[in-house]
Amino acid sequence: MSFEVAIPTRVAPAILPGSGGLRSALSDLFWRKPKLLLLLMLLPPVLWLGIVYIGSLFALLLQSFFSIDEFSGLINRQFTLKTYGDLLQAANLDIILRTVTMAALVTFASAIIALPIAYYAARYARGRWKALFYLGIMLPLWSSYLVKIYAWKLILAKEGILTWLLAKLHLLWLLDGWLSLPIVGGNSLSVSSTGTFIVFVYVWLPFMILPVQAALERVPGNLVEASSDLGASPGQTFRNVLFPLALPGIVAGSIFTFSLTLGDYIIPQIIGTSRLFIGQAVYSQQGTAGNIPLAAAFTVVPIVIMGFYLWGAKRMGAFDAL
Amino acid sequence: MRSDGSPSAPLGLKLAAAGGLLFLHLPVLLIFIYAFTTEEKSFVWPPPGLTTQWFAVTWNRPDVWEALSLSVRVAAISTAVALVLGTLCAAAVSRTRFFGRETISLLVILPIALPGIITGIALRSAFSLAEIPFSFWTIVLGHATFCVVVVYNNAVARFRRTSGSMIEASMDLGADGFQTFRYVVLPNIATALLAGGMLAFALSFDEVIVTTFTAGQQQTLPIWMLEELIRPRQRPVTNVVAMVVVLVTLLPILLAYYLTRDGDQIAGSGK
Repeated sequence: MSFEVAIPTRVAPAILPGSGGLRSALSDLFWRKPKLLLLLMLLPPVLWLGIVYIGSLFALLLQSFFSIDEFSGLINRQFTLKTYGDLLQAANLDIILRTVTMAALVTFASAIIALPIAYYAARYARGRWKALFYLGIMLPLWSSYLVKIYAWKLILAKEGILTWLLAKLHLLWLLDGWLSLPIVGGNSLSVSSTGTFIVFVYVWLPFMILPVQAALERVPGNLVEASSDLGASPGQTFRNVLFPLALPGIVAGSIFTFSLTLGDYIIPQIIGTSRLFIGQAVYSQQGTAGNIPLAAAFTVVPIVIMGFYLWGAKRMGAFDAL
Repeated sequence: MRSDGSPSAPLGLKLAAAGGLLFLHLPVLLIFIYAFTTEEKSFVWPPPGLTTQWFAVTWNRPDVWEALSLSVRVAAISTAVALVLGTLCAAAVSRTRFFGRETISLLVILPIALPGIITGIALRSAFSLAEIPFSFWTIVLGHATFCVVVVYNNAVARFRRTSGSMIEASMDLGADGFQTFRYVVLPNIATALLAGGMLAFALSFDEVIVTTFTAGQQQTLPIWMLEELIRPRQRPVTNVVAMVVVLVTLLPILLAYYLTRDGDQIAGSGK
């Protein structure tokens, strides 16, 4: 056996020579000045969002201080608070109140439906079931918004599946009784505020489930067992242990359900009465009425409401659950 | 009482959870049946008969194809813009701490945190102040703005899991900044970007509220559907389009889920 040692004919240098040229110069520059690289990385997104988005928001805000000339219909570009005065007319306050009430009801109902799903997914679902639950929430969240509304138009129509089902169960008197009520009733469910409410809950429900589930995932299972070991009934455990721990998640979810309901104008237009919501008022003011200042002032309402809402939510620690 | 293993849920909870999931899924499944109905004028249930003729009718409708093609083009370009902007922003925010970092995350999230109608009318009033006519590009401008956040969320989650020492190791081994990006950073974040891109595409493909304000006379597929919902022309065609839209949006969501499911943060949880 020989112990030949291969003698390398050419020793590779420990440090490769620079590849030279502009590319290497740039690379070196970024290494020496990380702040410059950071600035270059941030510049495109900040410019885009700053100019396109924040710029537009300011343009909108600016317009709300203009007014419309009632005779010519032209926009008078003079600073005035007149448009905000118009906003406080009784009819407009009605629209705001109706929208906020609907948003609160929708939020409340979504929380009730979301809790059992989120709790089951967080505590009991394992392995394949967990994935199934996750997709079961994710797919409706991402499936087409208009298709979801359309599906409910099919369901709630007078000749649709819901009426058919209730007729089979001999419960039509219940539906007719409900529809004859003032405010919530109407000719059929698809032109009643009850219909609007159902569709809102349906479309925003996944936005509530996900943060509630995230909050409940962090509750250790033995906490619930400890509560029952100490003699609490399931109801007491829910009220005193689970609910307070789920609350930040519910508040986080309510940010979405509340904000989305405040700004939506398509659902009440397709399924609902002729009574307007904020979104519809904005749309008709800027479209058919051509009163962009009033439309702009209207959009300030959800912005202000959401501002207070977010401030309160932050104080309750809801952002940790997002 | 057991304190480990998997306890089984109380019956009431099981029923409530199952009921909630059925509530989420049954309405969309109904569309699949309506796509085959022979009834033309109303939404009557049960369908008087089943037919596949509406698929052929829809296939031969040029307005559906035009709307679909516009939607795909808008979504593709918006996704491309969002991918670049979102990745840059995520890289900057996750790698360094600097003054105003929180503000930047807020800036990215704002377009979807505020109701869509505000984004829409803000863009519209900006276009009218700046006297920009509506075009394909005004639609893209709006879509790209709210798509950035989806890419950003996915990329930030992935950057958080990628250790910074890999980049240093690559530099120590003599790679320059561009090589490090090409051979170390990009392979690490590729699946997150793919997932983010798909979700951005799905978001743009489905968007209707902002689009109604930025589109002018053009019709994307959601705008076409909205028109049909408000002023129905041929209901069976709407049924078929609705069913196809459900199937088409299903794919990117499932793919995005499988691409990122090993991570601690799964794509799509913040729409």
